[in-house]
Amino acid sequence: MSATLPAELRLTHLQQLEAEAIGIMREVVAQCERPVMLYSIGKDSSVLLHLARKAFFPGKIPFPLLHVDTTWKFREMISFRQRMADEIGFELIVHTNAEGVAQGINPFDHGSKNYTDIMKTQALRQALDAGRFDAAFGGARRDEEKSRAKERVFSFRDAHHRWDPKNQRPELWNLYNGRVNQGESIRVFPMSNWTELDVWQYIHVEQIPIVPLYFAAERPVVERDGVLIMVDDDRFVFDEGEVAEQRLVRFRTLGCYPLSGAIESTAATLPEIIGEMLVATRSEREGRVIDFDQSGSMEQKKREGYF
Amino acid sequence: MAPEQTVGGAPAMSDVETYLTSHRQKDLLRLLTCGSVDDGKSTLIGRLLHDSQLIYEDVLASLEADSATHGSAGEGVDLALLMDGLRAEREQGITIDVAYRYFATARRTFIIADTPGHPQYTRNMATGASTCDLAVILIDARHGVLPQTKRHSYIASLLGIGQVVVAVNKMDLVGWSQDRFTEICEDYRSFAKPLGFGQPYFLPMSALLGDNVVDASGNLGWFDGPPLLEHLETVDIDASVELEHFRMPVQLVSRPDADFRGYAGTVASGVLRPGDEVVALPSGLGSAVERIATFDGDLDVAGPGRAVTVTLVDDIDVSRGDLLVTPGSEPQRAHDLDAMVVWMSETGAEPGSSYLLQTANTVSNCTIRNVRHRIDINTGAHEQAPGLGLNDIGHCVITSDRELAFDPYSANRATGSFVLVDRLTNATVAAGMIMGAASAWDRTPDAALVRQRSEISDAERAIRFGQQPCTILLTGLTAAGKSTLATALERELFDRGKVSIRLDGENVRMGISRDLGFSTQERSENLRRVSEVARLVNGQGLIAIAAMVAPDRDVRQRARDLVGVDRYVEVFVDTPIEVCRERDPHGLYAMADSGEIPRFPGVSADFDRPTDADLRVDTSTQDVDECIDAIVRMLTERGFLRGPSTP
Repeated sequence: MSATLPAELRLTHLQQLEAEAIGIMREVVAQCERPVMLYSIGKDSSVLLHLARKAFFPGKIPFPLLHVDTTWKFREMISFRQRMADEIGFELIVHTNAEGVAQGINPFDHGSKNYTDIMKTQALRQALDAGRFDAAFGGARRDEEKSRAKERVFSFRDAHHRWDPKNQRPELWNLYNGRVNQGESIRVFPMSNWTELDVWQYIHVEQIPIVPLYFAAERPVVERDGVLIMVDDDRFVFDEGEVAEQRLVRFRTLGCYPLSGAIESTAATLPEIIGEMLVATRSEREGRVIDFDQSGSMEQKKREGYF
Repeated sequence: MAPEQTVGGAPAMSDVETYLTSHRQKDLLRLLTCGSVDDGKSTLIGRLLHDSQLIYEDVLASLEADSATHGSAGEGVDLALLMDGLRAEREQGITIDVAYRYFATARRTFIIADTPGHPQYTRNMATGASTCDLAVILIDARHGVLPQTKRHSYIASLLGIGQVVVAVNKMDLVGWSQDRFTEICEDYRSFAKPLGFGQPYFLPMSALLGDNVVDASGNLGWFDGPPLLEHLETVDIDASVELEHFRMPVQLVSRPDADFRGYAGTVASGVLRPGDEVVALPSGLGSAVERIATFDGDLDVAGPGRAVTVTLVDDIDVSRGDLLVTPGSEPQRAHDLDAMVVWMSETGAEPGSSYLLQTANTVSNCTIRNVRHRIDINTGAHEQAPGLGLNDIGHCVITSDRELAFDPYSANRATGSFVLVDRLTNATVAAGMIMGAASAWDRTPDAALVRQRSEISDAERAIRFGQQPCTILLTGLTAAGKSTLATALERELFDRGKVSIRLDGENVRMGISRDLGFSTQERSENLRRVSEVARLVNGQGLIAIAAMVAPDRDVRQRARDLVGVDRYVEVFVDTPIEVCRERDPHGLYAMADSGEIPRFPGVSADFDRPTDADLRVDTSTQDVDECIDAIVRMLTERGFLRGPSTP
C-alpha cells in the first residue's frame, strides 16, 4: 500500500501463502522421519503437490504420496492420478481397505456414515500404520468449515490416530513442533491459511493441472434430494423410477462419485469457474453429502481420525 | 472500499480477468482481535465478514438453525456464532482457542486471529499475536478501560505488535457520546504510554448496529476518521519489514545430485542478491552467494518472507540449524539468555527445570536458571515468583547447552523467538522472546574455582573496627547530591573511628568500569561491579558507601541480593528533578534534553523511584548535616556502628 517497501521485495498474499506452505513442508522433512502426503486427487491435493515440487526443487519430492482408494472414485480421478505420477515422477502408494471390499461395503447399501468410516477413515489408519508414517500432509484449510477454524498447522494425533481438541500444541510464529513418540503422528496442513478463492487463483496463476471433472461438461446425472449425483459406472444403484439424464454440470469437490454432488454450470475455464465462485450462493461443502449426517459432524469425524 | 463480492448476477468474463489481475496484486494483513465475549468481539468480526458480503448464503442459513439452540441475540442471526468453532465450546457459549478467519476486500486480503479475553487464556492470545501485524483492542464504551484491556494491550505489546486500533464499541449504549469516547481514549493513552504502540487509532463504533465497522456512521457525525475496515485496508504494514540485517535459518540442505548443493530456507530479514557475501553461523565460515534458486527460476533479489534455495561460491560446511547472515551485521551469540517467557502448560516450571529449546534454526537443551520476576499483566507490575504456572508471563534467565545466535525479539521476531518443549511428552510448554544475552549477574562462576577462606573471623574484625559491615547505596537522579553525601558520610564515619570505603559512581567509571557506557545494560553492569566490590569489602569487615544513579528497580534488587539483605542499606536521595536541573554542575541535563546524551534517567529514560528504601532524604529541603544525621541515626539503630554485642 505504501511506497516504503521496494516493489521487488513486496510479496503478494499468494506469494506469502506459497512461501509459508513451502516453509512448513521443508520443516516437516527436516524434523520427521517418515512423512507422507495424502493425495486425494482433488484440486487442493493438486496445489499441495505443486507446492511440494517447489519446496524441494531442484530435488525430487522426498516423500511418497498416499491415495486411499475406496474403489468408488470417479474414473477420471484414477486416470488423472496415473497421468500425474507419470509426468512428475513421485512415489505413489495406493491403499484400499481389503476387508471392506471383501465385505462388499458400498455407499449405496451401507449409508454414507458407515461407508466413509470403513473405506476412508479405517483405510487411512491402516495405510498410515503400515507405512509407519509419523507425519502426513493434507490439503485441508481453515476456511472450509467451522471446526477447522482452530485447527493447528501441525495437528497432533495419538497412537490411535485420534485428534483431541483439548490436547493440541500451542503454535507460535513459524515454530512448529513435530516431535512425536512411537506410534504417534502429526497431520500437517501447509495450506491452513488459504481460502477457496486463493486455491483457484493459484491454480490459475500457476497453471496447475486438475481433474477435468471440475470443468463443466455434459454428464449423466440423477437428481436425489436436490443433489445431482453422477452415474460414473454401471455399479450405480438406481432408485425406483430414476433415470440418468445428461446435464451440463461440474464438481466443486471430488470424492466418491455416489457421494459427490454436481452443480449445474457452464463454466468450462478457470476464469469462468472463478467467476461463478465470486457469485456463489452455495458454499463449497454443500456438495458433500457426508457433512449433513449430524450437527458438528466434521468435528466428530476428525476425532475418529478422518482427515 | 467496495466489498468485492456481489450476490446475484454473474460478472462478465472480462470483469473476472480484471478482478483476478487486481486480486493477485493484493497484500496480506494479519490482525488480532482481543476482547471478551461481552465486548462484542465476535459480533465485530461477524459484522466485518457479513458486511463484506463474504458470508455465503448457506453458511448463513446453517447459522440461523444454530442460533435457535445456542444464540444469545434474541432474534435474527447471532453474528458471534460464526466465530465459535468447536461444538463443546459452542455449547459452553465461550470461545476458548484461537480461531482464524479469512476475508478479502478490493484492496487487501486479511487473516483474523480471533482470541478470547478470559484471564486464563493468556496463552491463546500470545499464540494469536505471534503472527499478527496489528491488534484491534475492543473496549465496551459502558465500562471503559478494564483490567482486561490492559492485559490485552500488554500481551500485544509483548509479542511485538506495533499497530493498534482501540475500538470503543457499543457507542449506541452510551448515547453516541463524544465526551465518553474522549474520556476512554485519554484513560487508554495514559496507561499505554510505556507499551510502545506509536499512535493507536482510536475509533468509536457499534459492531451490533454496524456503525463505523465497514461504513461510516451517521450517529457518530462528530468523528471524522475512517471506519475500521478502511483503516485496515490502508494502514502501512511495510514499515515493519526488516530490510537491514540479512538472516536466513537453514532448514534443509538440498543435494539432488553431485553438482548441486543448496541451502533451503525462508529469508527472515534483510535482502539477499547473488554475489553478496554471507557468513554461516555458528561456524563463522564465509562465502558469497552464487544463485538464489527457485522452481520458477533464479532470483535477482530475495527479501523477507521468500522461500528460496541458496547456493554458495565456496564449498563450506553448512547444515540444518545454521544461520546465514551478512558479515558486519551479525547477530548476538550467547549461552545465557534473558527472555520473557509465556508459560502454556498445566505443568509449571521452576528454576532448574530443563527443556528442549527450539528456535527458527536450532534445537538445544536448556535449563531455566531463575525467574527474575513474574509480570502482573493487569498492572504490568513485577512480582516475585518461585516459578511459572499456566498463563504466567515471567522474565527468566535460560541457559542453553549450545551457543545460540539470535537477535533481540524487539529487533527481529524470527530470530528472537523460541518455544520450550517437554522432553518426555513432546508438548510445547512455553513461548519465549529473547531480550538479550543474560548479564554477568547471572553467570555462574567456573565450577573449578575454589573460594579461599580467611583466617580472621567476622567477630575479630568487628572487635578491631568497632562496627558491623554494611553497604550503603545512595541512589537518586544526577545532581541529587549523592556524591556530596557519600563524601560527608565517609568523613563522619572516619571521625567516629569507623572504617569505610567510598565507591563513587563517577570514580568507578574512571577505573574498573572504564569500559562501560550508559546503556541500561551497562548501568546494570556498573552496579554489579560496585556491588561485588562492596561484598568483598564487607567480607573484610568494612563499611561500603556507594553513590550511583542506579535507576532500575530490578537492578537495585539484584544488588541487594548480592550484598545480602541484612547488610544492604538503601538511601533514596529524593531531590526534586527541578532542583537537580538547576544545580547540574556539568550541564548534563541540557545535553540530555538536546539528545546529545541518550537514555538519561529522569529525562529520556525511566528512573524507578525506590518504594522500599531504608531512608529517604531530600537535599533541597535538608542540609548536608541533617541528611548525615539521619543516615547515621539509622545505621546506629540497625546496630552497624558498634562492635560485637557481648553476651
